[in-house]
Amino acid sequence: MRRAPLTLLAGAALTGVFALAALVSLLWTPFDVTAMNIGARLQAPNAQHWFGTDHFGRDVLSMIMVGARISIAVAVVAVGMGMVLGVPLGLLAAANRGGLLDEVIMRGNDLIFAFPALVIAILITAVFGPSAVNAIIAIGIFNTPVFARVARGGALSLWTLDYIRAAEVSGKGKLRISAEHILPNIANLLIVQGTIQFSLGILAEAALSYVGLGAQPPMPSWGRMLAEAQTMISFAPHLAILPGLAIVLTVLGLNLMGDGLRDSLDPKLRRAR
Amino acid sequence: MLGRLKMGLAILALVASPALAQRTDISVGMVLEPPNLDPTSGAAAAIREVTYSNIFEGLTRFGPDGSILPGLAHAWDLSDDGLTYTFHLREGVQFHDGAPFSAEDVVFSLDRARAEDSTNAQKQLFAAIETVTAIDPLTVQVTLSQPQGAFLFNMAWGDAVIMSPASVASNATNPVGTGAFRFVRWVQGDRLELERNPYYWGEAPALERATFRFISDPSAAFAAMMAGDVDAFPNFPAPESLAQFQADPRFNVIVGSTEGETILSMNHQNPALADIRVRQAISHAINRQDIIDGAMFGYGTPIGSHFAPHHPDYLDLTANSPHDPDAARALLAEAGQEGLTLRLMLPPPTYARRGGEIVAAQLREVGIATEITNLEWAQWLEQVFRGHDFDLTIISHTEPMDIGIYARDNYYFQYDSADMKAIMAELEVTSDPDARTALLQAAQRHIADDFVVAFLFQLAKTGVANADIEGLWENAPVPANDLTGVRWAR
Repeated sequence: MRRAPLTLLAGAALTGVFALAALVSLLWTPFDVTAMNIGARLQAPNAQHWFGTDHFGRDVLSMIMVGARISIAVAVVAVGMGMVLGVPLGLLAAANRGGLLDEVIMRGNDLIFAFPALVIAILITAVFGPSAVNAIIAIGIFNTPVFARVARGGALSLWTLDYIRAAEVSGKGKLRISAEHILPNIANLLIVQGTIQFSLGILAEAALSYVGLGAQPPMPSWGRMLAEAQTMISFAPHLAILPGLAIVLTVLGLNLMGDGLRDSLDPKLRRAR
Repeated sequence: MLGRLKMGLAILALVASPALAQRTDISVGMVLEPPNLDPTSGAAAAIREVTYSNIFEGLTRFGPDGSILPGLAHAWDLSDDGLTYTFHLREGVQFHDGAPFSAEDVVFSLDRARAEDSTNAQKQLFAAIETVTAIDPLTVQVTLSQPQGAFLFNMAWGDAVIMSPASVASNATNPVGTGAFRFVRWVQGDRLELERNPYYWGEAPALERATFRFISDPSAAFAAMMAGDVDAFPNFPAPESLAQFQADPRFNVIVGSTEGETILSMNHQNPALADIRVRQAISHAINRQDIIDGAMFGYGTPIGSHFAPHHPDYLDLTANSPHDPDAARALLAEAGQEGLTLRLMLPPPTYARRGGEIVAAQLREVGIATEITNLEWAQWLEQVFRGHDFDLTIISHTEPMDIGIYARDNYYFQYDSADMKAIMAELEVTSDPDARTALLQAAQRHIADDFVVAFLFQLAKTGVANADIEGLWENAPVPANDLTGVRWAR
């Protein structure tokens, strides 16, 4: 039994804190995040409001907890969407390597890849209106080619191996081989990529909310909290620092976890050890 | 050798002198960009904030305190029956394109504004005019159908400016007026430049160049002010930053009043909002002071009707719709509108975006759900103001004495009341000051009792300017950034 690498533990712990906060926020937050209490606005962190209050008198701790839920939910669904769309496309392309279908899929991928991710997101929210759901769709779309490439790349190297050849000779179809033999063997690659995409998804959600295209008020979101805090940073710095820290720590946690997972899952690294 | 040294010194002096001399340029920040530049064919206050008195002038004009001053007419006589105004025009006035200004231009402009197919946003200003005749090139006679006490006031509005028939068609993009500044160029989405009009009839302004910069983002506005990219921001969008500017000796904070009644407007075409009980419930759900404190950091005065508190005929009707969530819930239950969902469309200004979030929270408190949509300014004008496609919106009506909008047909909130129309029609024909006061107060009471919209607060003019700038308006009797009297003290 090998010990899990330190980075994995640290990353999982950091991510776990925010995941826990998000889970708890489903059942309970210290204060109602939609209730405003103008009389208690702009309080610095204190015993009652651990993270202080914002310009509408809302409790910042509660908002960060609910914000964690929004960020994580958006990122999970978006990455899931990218995987569900991208992985089969990548497997299909690899199964037809060199064929017309491969070309069509991969050039289509390049097309989406060529757009900067945020521009796609702005395009989608501009057409369909800003909302958390449209942010998910936008982030999901630019996750798709990433997973398609990873799946195709991993699958291509497997297709040349003897046991795949054996399965082919024994009469299994391409799709069945892809599903039964290739997918399980590239799962580790996908998990590592998923973790990295997850942290990018959190960042993308924050960026979209920051420019007003993500979750709409009254739903709190980290990006919008940052945007609103901007003009108040000189007299209420906690309003900018706390959601900023939440974003940084979550992304750091996920990146550490991604690194750690790669270290422990990647067969090449495992063999070298 | 000596010659070269001299030349070097001369160049040095040339380079250094602008730093010593007074500055003659100014960069003025504005939150909203005008949709076009023709003040006679659009309601947006931003058009007048650029053009009023700078580019276009009328027969009369507003002073910084709201008083009526001579404009293109240096004097006027009123006949004894109160029906005929004779305006004596200034001599030697010309338009920026070189066309001479004469009585014919006045006849053209007033006839155009009051014509059947006029696109003027304030046609009621000209409703009393019967005929406009040019007696000679410098004299115009205006005959009214009935005596009108407010006629000179009406002629001072940005909507009543005098244009030349030669350039009227292109004024939306290339405005040509008689003002102290002429249009140079408009980089849409960024800035608009003016320069001193060398042929101006009056005292030449101290400024040679003026740039209006359009910055809608409050934090960008703050940064632009701090960095000196913008010298003055007459309506600064981030009231929370004013304390910081106040503490900084480089800046002057100018807090004054505006004519901006900020209202939570309701679309009477919506069946739920056509019910007075629902409108009353919304008015009771609103806590005005919370909105003023939370959105404007305390800058603003609560209002209970559509009237400016600094006006002598103002009635304080805030007690008519006090914050009373229980009453609101009861009214909604009575109207059978529990679980009502309304769309709340918010234009970019801070009062709307932040105020909208507070309003949404207050409405949620009494059981009305809102879907907030943030709109850009052009979108808001198109969809809400012209398209009437909204349930609720927050907007500040910055025109002076604009209670008459509640008597207008097909105005964007679609209020239709014969009583209100009767009051305003009577006001039109009344010149006795006491009777006018009574009518204006009746009008205030009528719309307050009918809960036409939820009246929130009177917008304060919260301006920030470089401490060396003099002559900016403290109050805003009309939406305007009159730069003719602005100068650098150092």
